Amino acid sequence: MRVNFTVNGRPQEADDVWEGESLLYVLRERLGLPGSKNACEQGECGSCTVRLDGVPVCSCLVAAGQVEGCEVVTVEGLADYAKQRAEQGGCATGACGTPLDAAKQWEARPSDSQTGEGTELSPIQQAFIDAGAVQCGFCTPGLLVAADEMLERNPTPTDADIREALSGNLCRCTGYEKIMDAVRLAAARQGEAV
Amino acid sequence: MPTNGAPIGTPTKVTQGSQTKGGIGESTLRPDGTLKVTGEFAYSSDMWHEDMLWGQILRSPVAHAEIVSIDTSEALAQAGVYAVMTYDDLPTDARNYGLEIQDTPVLAHGRVRHHGEPVAIVAADHPETARRAAAKIKVEYRELPVVTDEASATAPDAPLIHEGRTDHHIGHVPHPNILHRQPIVRGDVAAARERADFVVEGEYTFGMQDQAFLGPESGLAVPAEDGGVDLYIATQWLHSDLRQIAPVLGLPEDKVRMTLSGVGGAFGGREDLSMQIHACLLALRTGKPVKIVYNRFESFFGHVHRHPAKLHYEHGATKDGKLTHMKCRIVLDGGAYASASPAVVGNAASLSVGPYVVDDVDIEALALYSNNPPCGAMRGFGAVQACFAYEAQMDKLADKVGMDRVEFRRLNAMSQGTIMPTGQPVDSPAPVAELLRRVKAMPMPPEQQWLAAGEQADVRQLPGGLSNTTHGEGVVRGVGYAVGIKNVGFSEGFDDYSTAKVRMEVVGGEPVATVHTAMAEVGQGGVTVHAQIARTELGVAQVTIHPADTQVGSAGSTSASRQTYVTGGAVKNACELVREKVLEIGRRKFGTYHPAWATAELLLEGGKVVTDGGEVLADLADVLDGEAVEVEEEWRHRPTEAFDLRTGQGFGHVQYSFAAHRAVVEVDTELGLVKVIELACAQDVGKALNPLSVIGQIQGGTTQGLGVAVMEEIVVDPKTAKVRNPSFTDYLIPTILDTPTIPVDVLELADDHAPYGLRGVGEAPTLSSTPAVLAAIRNATGLELNRTPVRPEHLTGTA
Amino acid sequence: MDFLRPASWEEALAAKAEHPTAVPIAGGTDVMVEINFDHRRPEYLLDLNRIGELSEWEVGEESVRLGASVPYTRIMERLRGELPGLALASHTVASPQIRNRGGVGGNLGTASPAGDAHPALLAAGAEVEAESVRGSRLIPIDEFYTGVKRNALAADELIRAVHIKKADGPQQFSKVGTRNAMVIAVCAFGLALHPSSRTVRTGIGSAAPTPVRAKAAEEFLNAALEEGGFWDNGKIITPSVAKQFAELCSAACNPIDDVRGTASYRRHAVGIMARRTLTWTWESYRGTAASTEGVA
Repeated sequence: MRVNFTVNGRPQEADDVWEGESLLYVLRERLGLPGSKNACEQGECGSCTVRLDGVPVCSCLVAAGQVEGCEVVTVEGLADYAKQRAEQGGCATGACGTPLDAAKQWEARPSDSQTGEGTELSPIQQAFIDAGAVQCGFCTPGLLVAADEMLERNPTPTDADIREALSGNLCRCTGYEKIMDAVRLAAARQGEAV
Repeated sequence: MPTNGAPIGTPTKVTQGSQTKGGIGESTLRPDGTLKVTGEFAYSSDMWHEDMLWGQILRSPVAHAEIVSIDTSEALAQAGVYAVMTYDDLPTDARNYGLEIQDTPVLAHGRVRHHGEPVAIVAADHPETARRAAAKIKVEYRELPVVTDEASATAPDAPLIHEGRTDHHIGHVPHPNILHRQPIVRGDVAAARERADFVVEGEYTFGMQDQAFLGPESGLAVPAEDGGVDLYIATQWLHSDLRQIAPVLGLPEDKVRMTLSGVGGAFGGREDLSMQIHACLLALRTGKPVKIVYNRFESFFGHVHRHPAKLHYEHGATKDGKLTHMKCRIVLDGGAYASASPAVVGNAASLSVGPYVVDDVDIEALALYSNNPPCGAMRGFGAVQACFAYEAQMDKLADKVGMDRVEFRRLNAMSQGTIMPTGQPVDSPAPVAELLRRVKAMPMPPEQQWLAAGEQADVRQLPGGLSNTTHGEGVVRGVGYAVGIKNVGFSEGFDDYSTAKVRMEVVGGEPVATVHTAMAEVGQGGVTVHAQIARTELGVAQVTIHPADTQVGSAGSTSASRQTYVTGGAVKNACELVREKVLEIGRRKFGTYHPAWATAELLLEGGKVVTDGGEVLADLADVLDGEAVEVEEEWRHRPTEAFDLRTGQGFGHVQYSFAAHRAVVEVDTELGLVKVIELACAQDVGKALNPLSVIGQIQGGTTQGLGVAVMEEIVVDPKTAKVRNPSFTDYLIPTILDTPTIPVDVLELADDHAPYGLRGVGEAPTLSSTPAVLAAIRNATGLELNRTPVRPEHLTGTA
Repeated sequence: MDFLRPASWEEALAAKAEHPTAVPIAGGTDVMVEINFDHRRPEYLLDLNRIGELSEWEVGEESVRLGASVPYTRIMERLRGELPGLALASHTVASPQIRNRGGVGGNLGTASPAGDAHPALLAAGAEVEAESVRGSRLIPIDEFYTGVKRNALAADELIRAVHIKKADGPQQFSKVGTRNAMVIAVCAFGLALHPSSRTVRTGIGSAAPTPVRAKAAEEFLNAALEEGGFWDNGKIITPSVAKQFAELCSAACNPIDDVRGTASYRRHAVGIMARRTLTWTWESYRGTAASTEGVA
């Protein structure tokens, strides 16, 4: 089966898709976007979290055929997505949806450096690095997508809000404390920037 | 015994590199951080190759059976299938592997010994094709009786898990289903018991924990034109894998080239091989690259777990609270294959007394062979199980004596100079009493935080969380303390070394150091620390960390809290040698121009050669002048020795590490649900090379200890030895809503034997976290609770 | 495997009629797990995502007609007033990501005794709108669950919506799991006060082969409330009444021992949840009653 959809602002076409394949598999194995991770494939860890038409979902539980015509944002496109949002004044108006035209301007760039230095990062990505929220990093992409979406909805979260919003994302390395620090840091920086 | 707040030992003073930014002691950021937050970091499951095939493993559905026949014809006939292999297709006579004992078949041979044992492998053009083909392999099993515990393992008619054992433990074990046994006897327990005013006994059970690293076992094997194979893999120890893989493939080691890919956590679960050999076999058979990725279900069968244990303890104390003696018996279930069991036994035995002074001990630890899932390395192994039991004993004994539980521990705490049950003196700081004092002194979290936001109870702050089970009813707070001791590095005479290759050259006018080791970065931050060491030792700003591979000597395992110590030590040593060479070149070139070249202590700072007085003698660019200086060198910590097989005496451990926890929990006593409110930790780290990483390790380890206290357990059916919960739906690990704040107090008392005085960090916090949580639950409920994890059933009398 | 993508409800019914073995997939949170883990290889997957009306709801006079695919997140956020029990239950479903995709139709289709929506539906009172090319029918929720993971749907039927009675009084939902988030129910309990009919309804999850109501407990409580004039006088429910109600709820369970919990614990926990949810709802009712009185 063939599936057409948009990923990080780029139209994508996947061919010869087996009907049982998940969106996660198509992203990772067919579109060269392995940033979304395959930790449990049963919706119990959040490592594969992407935004499907703006909404955070486990891409392992979305059948590939279900995304026909949809907009997907993965961790690879998060920096551009956040930049675009910031340029549009964020979510202050309460209209958080992203217009299709705007969506199509995003583009995931390949990094030309081994360490990724010089890459432009979204505030939440930078905060994860600065706060020491990354160890093995396998949970990181999913957490970033989920945390970014929460800060979009709720720019001044309480600790309990953060914990609730990230309760679908398992991390085995950090004990979550540095992840809490990172989200608080991103929220604070976001607040300063406004 | 140390008194309150008194410093014990001194922090290490560093001269070389003290002016250099980004050196040791700073919280520099991970070099792989940007790649990891952008999704570009390539984990082993992210590998992709043109024309690659997918490998699939067919596993045994039963725990113990004779394989009567295997028919692969239908699978081979399926379109898209390139190879199906069984035991009979293995290319050489080397058909087993293992860390210490080669008892694990690459593919089952005539018999399976545990649920999920690999029987056949398939390579096909799509994972679904491979799955369908695997399902078409017909295997006829004749089931055999299962061995599941000590009684069934040593019964007169017990089936032998491994017949005709020839390993080096068989000579000293009482039964062939006992893999290894280590007694430790010191002093006179019978006489000491006479002095005891109080004696407490306890029988404790520790459940089987899973490492549950998030990145599943995976890798890509690419056949090479020279007949060899390139393997991109997530592992904890490249060279150990290589040693086990190459013979099975019938290749010399230099034709099996291994490169570390991104590792999604490890925690001991990647010390043993998983899909490495299978991927290589299929790649060599088909001539195509083969990728294998386990799903979560398979991952539960694809790696060893933490040993479940039964522990019997007896302690005595005088009425003034001094411990008189300790007698214990620790039975660890090693499952079907040896893995790291012998070392786990050694740790459990030698650390069974905990961080306490007890002169008279009678200790026995052993590991069984059974048909349960194989168990091996997991963070803190051996010491974790023992700590759970001896800390429960300490509380019971303190209560009997009528002392405060923390003060009782402090009174009996070991310190520098204490003699371990093995006869080994503790010859570096052991601030056990001080850690307990500090963790107790931390401010307590406020009460009833669920009411903080207003009149309506915030269920997120209550036991049960979002499930809305209580608005405060039945909720009782409890507080518990625990402290533990863990060895650092490989023990018992193991030649525990690492290798580092360091190169210094001038690129574009800037001095650059390159550090090349085979150290497996599994998330712990070794790569961050290596760069810091190079900056400190070579006074440069720019350090490149070369990818880890087998083109450089072994780094040993990323386990036993050893990498910063041992590979860090190797990097430091190699840097010092490079520095000496650079200075030699400098002396040769410029020595005649300035007397300080010969007389002063010379340092490398900011890309220059300077005197310890701060005078600049030369730019490194001028010294090197296009030359590169490179050193590859092995480095060893001081040697250890094996424990005597009868008495357990011996200088077995390199270093000890200590952590203490205070747990504050709230228990819904009616429903038996627990919320951990805070888990405070104090730990001595010798020297924090990267404080941010150190705290991250402590918090992560603490949380894994929390998991096995209240939720994590692989449940094995005692009748069939089959795993009942191999999924993240039923094997639960803590979410962010289960994990409390974890304040950390870091103590830095140098161990003069170790590089920079550092102490291994990763494991100690995993020990005391579990017993502290259990103690807090006991405190809240008044129940005895002799097993972990605690389930709601145990708190409500409905088990 | 074939992937069917009907663009309209009529097309979906036609497809299901033609291929009765087709497995409907909406949020995918059950079906995809089974596919990923090779537990199921349906001949046809019937994707319902393109049928927009399934994600919509209408609030009527008596009830809410909730489209089968309305995500739990939406129920939590938008229907807390009309469907408080279901909104609470929705909040306990798995994780935010799953709540963004999953809906009540999936819970009903799977009909697992552990489905979080069931106790709330049983307590509130609901009817399942099932339809096939043969026609449409409303199945009372009490008759919907027919066995472990079995329901009253015919092979050619699809769930279009659920008609749930609007709350006429306080409702509560509790669920026990061994983790504070993202956990499958060990057991669950829903309770709704219906002051307009002066009745109480319950729902028990994961403690019997199907979701069930504790009917004997309901009857006992209805009688006790009536007898004591509680609905009018708004008195605190006496501990002995609450205790007996709880015991009868426990007795309504027919649980098993499994890897998630023992039968004995499930019975015990249902009793505790029954007592607590009764206390919460009744306190809330008394508060409302008192304030209503005050205004009047």
